[in-house]
Amino acid sequence: MLLVQFLLLSSVLFCIGVYGVLARKNGVMVLMSIELILNAVNINLVAFGTMTNNIAGEVFALFVIAIAAAEVGVGLAIVLLIFRNRSSVDLSSIDSMKG
Amino acid sequence: MEALSALAGEGPTSLIQAGGWFLEKAWIIPALPAISFVLILFFGKRMKYKGAEFGIISIAVAFIFAICCVGQWIGQVNNADSYTEKQEYHDEEKHSDKAAHEGILNEEIQRTSLNELGPASSEQIVVSAFAEEKDGYSSVGIKPVIERFTWWESGGRSFQVGIMVDGLAVMMLFVVTAISLLVHIYSTEYVAGDRRYTHYFAFLSLFSASMLFFVLSENILQTIVGWELVGVCSFALIGHWWEEKPNSDAALKAFLTNRVGDMGLLVGMIVLFWSAGSWSIVDINNAAINNEIGQSTLLIASLCLTAAVMSKSGQFILHTWLPDAMAGPTPVSALIHAATMVVAGIYMVARLYGVFFEGFDIAGSSFNVLALVGSVTLVGAGLLAFVQDDIKKVLAYSTVSQLGYMVMALGVGAWTAAVFHLFTHAFFKAGLFLGAGSVSHSVHSFDMKKSMGGMRKFMPTTYKTFIVCTIALMGLPPLAGFWSKDEILVGTGGWGLFGGTGGNGTYVFALVMGIIGAALTCAYMTRVIYLTFFGEFRGDTHGHGDPHESGKRITIPLIILAVMATGAGFLNFPVGFLTGSKAGWQERFGHYVEPVATYFPPIAHGTPSWSLAIFSTVVAIIGVSAAGYYFFVKVNAQSPAATELTNGLTEKSKVAKAGHTLLKQKYYLDHLYTDIIANGTKGPVADATYWTNQKGIDEAVNQVGKQTARAATFVYEKIDQNMVDGVVNLSGKASEGLGETTRTIIQRGKIHQYAAIMFAATTILAGLLIVFV
Repeated sequence: MLLVQFLLLSSVLFCIGVYGVLARKNGVMVLMSIELILNAVNINLVAFGTMTNNIAGEVFALFVIAIAAAEVGVGLAIVLLIFRNRSSVDLSSIDSMKG
Repeated sequence: MEALSALAGEGPTSLIQAGGWFLEKAWIIPALPAISFVLILFFGKRMKYKGAEFGIISIAVAFIFAICCVGQWIGQVNNADSYTEKQEYHDEEKHSDKAAHEGILNEEIQRTSLNELGPASSEQIVVSAFAEEKDGYSSVGIKPVIERFTWWESGGRSFQVGIMVDGLAVMMLFVVTAISLLVHIYSTEYVAGDRRYTHYFAFLSLFSASMLFFVLSENILQTIVGWELVGVCSFALIGHWWEEKPNSDAALKAFLTNRVGDMGLLVGMIVLFWSAGSWSIVDINNAAINNEIGQSTLLIASLCLTAAVMSKSGQFILHTWLPDAMAGPTPVSALIHAATMVVAGIYMVARLYGVFFEGFDIAGSSFNVLALVGSVTLVGAGLLAFVQDDIKKVLAYSTVSQLGYMVMALGVGAWTAAVFHLFTHAFFKAGLFLGAGSVSHSVHSFDMKKSMGGMRKFMPTTYKTFIVCTIALMGLPPLAGFWSKDEILVGTGGWGLFGGTGGNGTYVFALVMGIIGAALTCAYMTRVIYLTFFGEFRGDTHGHGDPHESGKRITIPLIILAVMATGAGFLNFPVGFLTGSKAGWQERFGHYVEPVATYFPPIAHGTPSWSLAIFSTVVAIIGVSAAGYYFFVKVNAQSPAATELTNGLTEKSKVAKAGHTLLKQKYYLDHLYTDIIANGTKGPVADATYWTNQKGIDEAVNQVGKQTARAATFVYEKIDQNMVDGVVNLSGKASEGLGETTRTIIQRGKIHQYAAIMFAATTILAGLLIVFV
């Protein structure tokens, strides 16, 4: 069954994304990792949609892509502003809002 | 005759409903002057005669209506009489044909057995109808005309407004409108050019309207309203010239003294309402007569209402406002004393006579509060009249004394005599007041000693009418006062020693006081006549020449009143006075005025005796002669301008001097009220009250405050601070500590840590989802 391969691929992508989010200190890298996670989800949606012969999967994937674009736009803007202020995008040093 | 009287006293055997356009529309009579009041207020000043025309026209029309009412009422009573005759006729036929009997009778006539006597036997009817022939009182009852509508309802009770027209009300309508009309006409000259002429006529109209409203009231609520309205109007009119302090003081005194009695009125009426369960005068009287209300309740109500009568009708010891009320314009005094205000008290007792009759047990006793108050008043006020130099004040005390006669008569059960005296007194007292006003109009003063004397030469018409009214007041035959006063004396029932019988109780005290009062009345009126009209003129005309007779608008009312004072007494000849074909003219007033109905108590009527009439007349003549000898012979001989003997009894005898001073000071009642009661309240009593307040009440309040503060402090410190706040603080501290701990462990601002926790949590939740769902 071809579906299993798709799911395996998406799992791998997801795990890489999670690793990137947790392990990277660079903000841009973290954003890119989040994109990986989202695309892992997209693969899942398209795979399941094709399997059940239902267009909804692809439609949802399109929505997720649109939202990911918006999210990365906002995220990059934040990272850019942080860089301007601190000359650094090291996330471990951004803790001024800690409790 | 005694037995017959007793039977006649058991109440009517049948009832017939009175009717007639004027009787049913009697509410128009008070409405007319009320409308006039409003018209005068709004348009009076713009009118040609400054509003007086509204007042005169309205009261004249009301007077015509009242006369029509009188005519219709007499027709109703005659109708009832003819029914009596028919019934007697049929009774003689021994009810041979009952159907025909019913057919002949008017269908409006309701044959009703009354007072739980059960069906009256035919013999009884014959006997009582026969008694009627002799006694002059009908045995066929007449239901009063009652027209009413519901004013408002509250809590299941409806409060109604309406009119109740019977003989008494019709008589009062006639008296009030007649006197008021004459006073209106008189006033146009007397107060001409006054600064508040329009205002004066407005209140004259309202005064008449209030009294007429009071007279027609169907229930005791209306009675209270009318009573208070009359009081307010008298306040306004007594204080007509309020710029001068004594006048406004007198108005206030009249008003405040009346408030004292008004409390009695309110309490009494409330007691009656709750015990009878109705506001209606007829219902209350019925309940009282049929013993549906306890004797003690009735007694309490009667005593309270007696207090009201004492203030309104100027009875001892609340009479002090009445002489002071002379501060008002003289026509107002005439109106107050003759037709409105003061007779309101008498009228109220007469209206609620069932209550008083049962409450004081008038039929079965020889002493009660009403008779006592009346007797004391008529002698006490008669004595006071001797030392007054102000002619109006003498007349004022005379009124108090005559009102005492009326109250006494009501107290002894001589209802008709009291009402008849009210009727005759209205005319001659109005005549006297207006006559005094005429004299003072000419000499600009009321002081007999300083400004009058010899007035008969200057004012012949006033002199003649004044003399006629005086003789009527003295009770000398054959003028009006004689008949009514004699009837009161007969009614006391204490005249057994003069060979009479009948009456309710045996009120010897009342009889004795009544005869003394008659002598006093004669004596002080002789003094007034001498000081005013005889001797030499002592006044100062300020260069206006001699005093002169008043104008026609003053003298014509005087003449009319003198005629009435002469003739009014003939309306009620005592039984046995006339014989033969003229016998039908006996007791006409009592016949038409005294209600023969369920709501009127079964009073007994005394039979008049010649010996009593002669004795009281002799006493009156002795009074006139004694005073006449003193003034016309001894004082006149000393000097025509003298007003008293220079070497008189008061100079020689210490007792007489003390008595004179006591009278001059009006029994010190004014001192009692103002100095002892009022100032006593202001001074020591106020201090004592202040001390009690400071030491007693305030101390208690302070102690309560202090103890409360101590208790509160304890609660605050021990319970609130330690226990309640402790729990609250503890929970706060616990939260704070927990928060601090979590903050330092988890919330360190490390994004990766957050993310790791988030993923871990998501993973765990996903795992749980897979395992459990």
